[in-house]
Amino acid sequence: MIPGSFDYHRPTSLSEAVALLSSFDADARVIAGGHSLIPMMKLRLATPSHLIDLAAVGELRGVSAEGGEIVIGAMTTQHELIASETLAARLPILREAALLIADPQVRYVGTLGGNVANGDPGNDMPALMMCLGAVYVLRGKAGERKVAARDYYQGAYATAANPDEILTAIRIAPPPAGHGYAYEKLKRKVGDYATAAAGVILTLANGTVATCAIGLTNVAETALFADAAAGAVVGSKMDKAALARASAAAEAIASPAADGRGSAEYRRKMAGVMTARALSRAFARANG
Amino acid sequence: MSKINVTLQLNGKSVSAEVEPRTLLIHYLRENLNVTGPHIGCDTSHCGACTVDIDGKSVKSCTIFAVQAAGAEVLTIEGMAGADGKLHALQEGFREMHGLQCGYCTPGMIIRAYRLLKENPTPSDAEIRMGISGNLCRCTGYQNIVKAIQYAAAKINGAEYKEAAE
Amino acid sequence: MNAPTDPSAIERAEKLQGMGCKRKRVEDVRFTQGRGNYVDDIKLPGMLHGDFHRSSRAHARIKSIDTSKAKAVPGVLAVLTAEELKGVNLAWMPTLAGDVQMVLADGKVLFQNQEIAFVVATDRYIAADAADLVEVEYEELPVVIDPFKAMDADAPVLREDIKDKKDGAHGPRKHYNHIFNWQIGDKDLTDAAFGKAEVATKDLLSYQRVHPCPLETCQCLVSFDKIKGEITIYGTFQAPHVIRTVVALIAGLPEHKIHVISPDIGGGFGNKVGAYPGYICSAVASIVTGLPVKWVEDRIENLSTTSFARDYHMTTEIAATRDGRVTGLRVHILADHGAFDACADPSKWPAGFSNIVTGSYDFPVAHLSVDGVYTNKAPGGVAYRCSFRVTEVAYAIERAMDIMAQKLGIDPVDFRVKNFITREQFPYQSALGWEYDSGDYHTAMQKAVEATGYRKLREEQKAKQEAFKRGETRDLMGIGVAFFTEIVGAGPSKNCDILGIAMFDSAEIRVHPTGRALGRMGSKSQGQGHETTWAQIIATEIGIPADDIAIEEGNTDTAPYGLGTYGSRSTPVTGAAIAMAARKIKAKAQMIAAFMLEVHEGDLEWDVDRFRVKGNPEQFKTMTQLAWAAYNKVPPGMEPGLEAVSYYDPPNMTYPFGAYICVMDIDVDTGVHKVRRFYALDDCGTRINPMIIEGQVHGGLTEGYAIAMGQEIVYDAMGNVSGISLMDYFLPTAVETPIWETDYTVTPSPHHPIGAKGVGESPNVGSVPCFANAVNDAFKFLGSTHIAMPHDNYRVWQAAENLGLHK
Repeated sequence: MIPGSFDYHRPTSLSEAVALLSSFDADARVIAGGHSLIPMMKLRLATPSHLIDLAAVGELRGVSAEGGEIVIGAMTTQHELIASETLAARLPILREAALLIADPQVRYVGTLGGNVANGDPGNDMPALMMCLGAVYVLRGKAGERKVAARDYYQGAYATAANPDEILTAIRIAPPPAGHGYAYEKLKRKVGDYATAAAGVILTLANGTVATCAIGLTNVAETALFADAAAGAVVGSKMDKAALARASAAAEAIASPAADGRGSAEYRRKMAGVMTARALSRAFARANG
Repeated sequence: MSKINVTLQLNGKSVSAEVEPRTLLIHYLRENLNVTGPHIGCDTSHCGACTVDIDGKSVKSCTIFAVQAAGAEVLTIEGMAGADGKLHALQEGFREMHGLQCGYCTPGMIIRAYRLLKENPTPSDAEIRMGISGNLCRCTGYQNIVKAIQYAAAKINGAEYKEAAE
Repeated sequence: MNAPTDPSAIERAEKLQGMGCKRKRVEDVRFTQGRGNYVDDIKLPGMLHGDFHRSSRAHARIKSIDTSKAKAVPGVLAVLTAEELKGVNLAWMPTLAGDVQMVLADGKVLFQNQEIAFVVATDRYIAADAADLVEVEYEELPVVIDPFKAMDADAPVLREDIKDKKDGAHGPRKHYNHIFNWQIGDKDLTDAAFGKAEVATKDLLSYQRVHPCPLETCQCLVSFDKIKGEITIYGTFQAPHVIRTVVALIAGLPEHKIHVISPDIGGGFGNKVGAYPGYICSAVASIVTGLPVKWVEDRIENLSTTSFARDYHMTTEIAATRDGRVTGLRVHILADHGAFDACADPSKWPAGFSNIVTGSYDFPVAHLSVDGVYTNKAPGGVAYRCSFRVTEVAYAIERAMDIMAQKLGIDPVDFRVKNFITREQFPYQSALGWEYDSGDYHTAMQKAVEATGYRKLREEQKAKQEAFKRGETRDLMGIGVAFFTEIVGAGPSKNCDILGIAMFDSAEIRVHPTGRALGRMGSKSQGQGHETTWAQIIATEIGIPADDIAIEEGNTDTAPYGLGTYGSRSTPVTGAAIAMAARKIKAKAQMIAAFMLEVHEGDLEWDVDRFRVKGNPEQFKTMTQLAWAAYNKVPPGMEPGLEAVSYYDPPNMTYPFGAYICVMDIDVDTGVHKVRRFYALDDCGTRINPMIIEGQVHGGLTEGYAIAMGQEIVYDAMGNVSGISLMDYFLPTAVETPIWETDYTVTPSPHHPIGAKGVGESPNVGSVPCFANAVNDAFKFLGSTHIAMPHDNYRVWQAAENLGLHK
């Protein structure tokens, strides 16, 4: 219940934050909303000696459209994602998923950056970032670089980010207007991580699936980009057989842990069921 | 461990205390300032008994360090009644509708309901249930809490509260 | 007490806000303003904080404990281990069940998270840091986790301290891991009934280990005054007087120098009845340091080490005729008590009141046998609105009746009605030794059936089953029925005691000269609203408005001795004491009135708030007038003053009952359920405050829902415990919690002064089997007879998988 001791820093600019992070050894952590990190610190599963609070770094906030892309500052809270008119219009799947994350209090404080940056396999947004082909902007002592979400996750809590890098923004080229989308999350109760969840983005051409992207949450060490499952429905009218092929393909790549949510076998099967339900809903939406 | 000064606005007054960076806001309130309305009910940020309102947001004060709230405006249950002692509509509603039993979840529940009604002044029962899903209660089964919040919503909106069959 | 009929009387009765009124709660004034006074709100000058270092192993010898690093942390004043406690003979403490329990690990640990060392420091952050620095060397021992293997010939020895004791507190022990065997009923007659039964069922019905999880954890603040030789203990105690007597007995301190105070308590549900190591260690630490010591456990500690509930494995057999009349009940229970028998039962009842397992049904013969065993798990067992094991056996009988109904092909409601104890049979002598006070089961069941449109629901279900078979739907519909009779109000001194103290309860009422009153009771509310309801009883009895009556509980210096609040005993026992004390006051007031009005007492009649002369109603004296008179105008020979004390020894238990019906829809492809409807009819006899009763029912139904649909404290094969934080321990939010429909009938208890029975635990007793029956009912048509709890998504899906429904 009581965290260990640390020194606290509150930089007011991104360059100051980066400088602080790289000046300490690996025992420093940035803190965004803190609702993943602080619970871990209270259980003493995380014991950083330095915390670098990003709350005062204004460059990390805001949702804007830049060219053909939507740019979301890493410190944008789930509450702000839900309230954003821009996102509701261009990336409605984010709102749908954000409403399924945690509870109202956590959503006021928890950030998109915090949800995607640290490689927690239970978080919901990484699978959606993969679906949307999002790109993460990282800033470290060597400067700025971009990593595609689909290339970012390496294992549980293991990512392509270096210890000195801060995720500053997420860039997404939004799918065309009228696209189909759905995030289907099976959980034990409000606030729980997914027993299994699937996010779908698709487009139709003449009533047939033209493009499809599927992301799976919490059924492996990382979020999964289920391209075989997505491929199984391309060219179809989302008939029963196509759905069955997609479910099977999703199950085939899932390797969930057994835990309080159920056996590994159950969770694997649920990855398939959530995939089918998300595909059906996304298809219905795209059909208007 | 060196302490730092954390000053913030609590229920409209400036308060200050020397705390460690790791001091959680809930302990800053309860231990340093003797503001014992918000309670601790769990270790994993699930129960919501510690909920306070910080700069217009419902926040679990057990999941934020006091130092992160420096300079903010914080509202707790102690600040809900008027300066003349007149109870807020929520405090009245919780009593009228029997929305509490042991009282332990009540401060956090009322503070969350306060912000919920600002977000949505005329919520449906389902919206209320979703809106308080970050606050656990072991005594009431929530049904009368929903009624209490509807009572307050009506009163705040200047309407008459009608106890609808759910 | 007849309801008044004339307008003036009705108006005066309204003003009293007495029994039957939906009086708004007195407690709410402070709770809604953040002015509750819970243990952790209390601060004393110089106060220290205590925290435990706990065992990472489930069963191990302790080779060494190194407290040097912990002691070296600045701000740490002491670190206690069993060594230090042995010096004051407190390394072990007696339990309420006749066993002994380690306060701090003595030579070995017996369950994961067991207390090993108690660190005392100037603030809780330092105490937490130091607790982490205690170093323990373990030598691991093999574990006993499966209670069915606890009495194997080669099972590891758990309790070396009593290994050679052939007799336990409750009779002979048949194995070193055996605690007791308790039997009741006629074994021979029962075996004979089964021998010739036309139809018989036998099922292992297990009720999983859960935990009451009140929102406030267990905590205490202890202050020893060396100069006065007195100790003050604030704590989360549902039974503060019992705690005082226990401290007197084990610490050798004189009872009049022990001040136990229960302030506001944030939920009890049976979690806060017994004494925990944290209380003892805080007391010793306060004595050692000379300063107040506070101990506040966190949630994980609470769920993994304080009193768990249930863990009963009940092999339940029913014998019946082919046309549906039950002829016998035979039950064997294997009770998993964990490492120490710390069950908070009345002392002669090691298996609580499990002999209520005959439930609402007229079994001509029955036999019950219970074996308790030790395992490497946390101690406890009796908690969580169980009425002393009533929740467990109510689950068993209600599931078993459903299973038999299914076997016979009879509707579950009809089968129950066919076997109900009838109105005329009360007071009813059950085959397992209880005398049920009153009941009208047929009326209650009929009301439930009509209110829910039960017969139409069965038709709908039939249609849905056909649709499922045709592949038109993947949803199954279940209708759960439960008709429980439970037993509360412990209890009569002839068979109920806690550590030798009879289970009476008490009330002291004092009326002031200006007509206000003060009542102090031996009960202790943790949310049940006694400050509101006890005043309502007094208001109706003696005609003083409830708003003019202050109620106090919890301070052992001022409250008369009581056995506390748990087991739904407060209304039946304390409520009776209140009525009796009030009637003593009323009797005295009547004598004063007669004196003042210059008539005989027999010439007076009571009218809401006054005595008036029969046939001459303008001649009256109100209770307010009589209160003033009591202090200056009493008849010659009478003492002045107007107060009374009553210690009430109930003549019997009380038997609330209820009819619950649940409609549930299940998605077989995910195991997700949706409660479409839940109807709960409760009969708790006379109803003091309908608003509070409804609140109690809502809360109990919600707990029962959580138990049936997902709660579980889990131990793996190595003894690692999980499900012990709110991440995994299923506490439903407002979103999952169903909407509750409540209803009632009123069948007063004939032996209770106001006819009231108590209601707090009934909803937990009745709802769990109702939900379980609903889930089971959904799968019956596919050949399933019993699916075990909890019915979380995964296990419901697994049941569907096992039935081949996913092909």
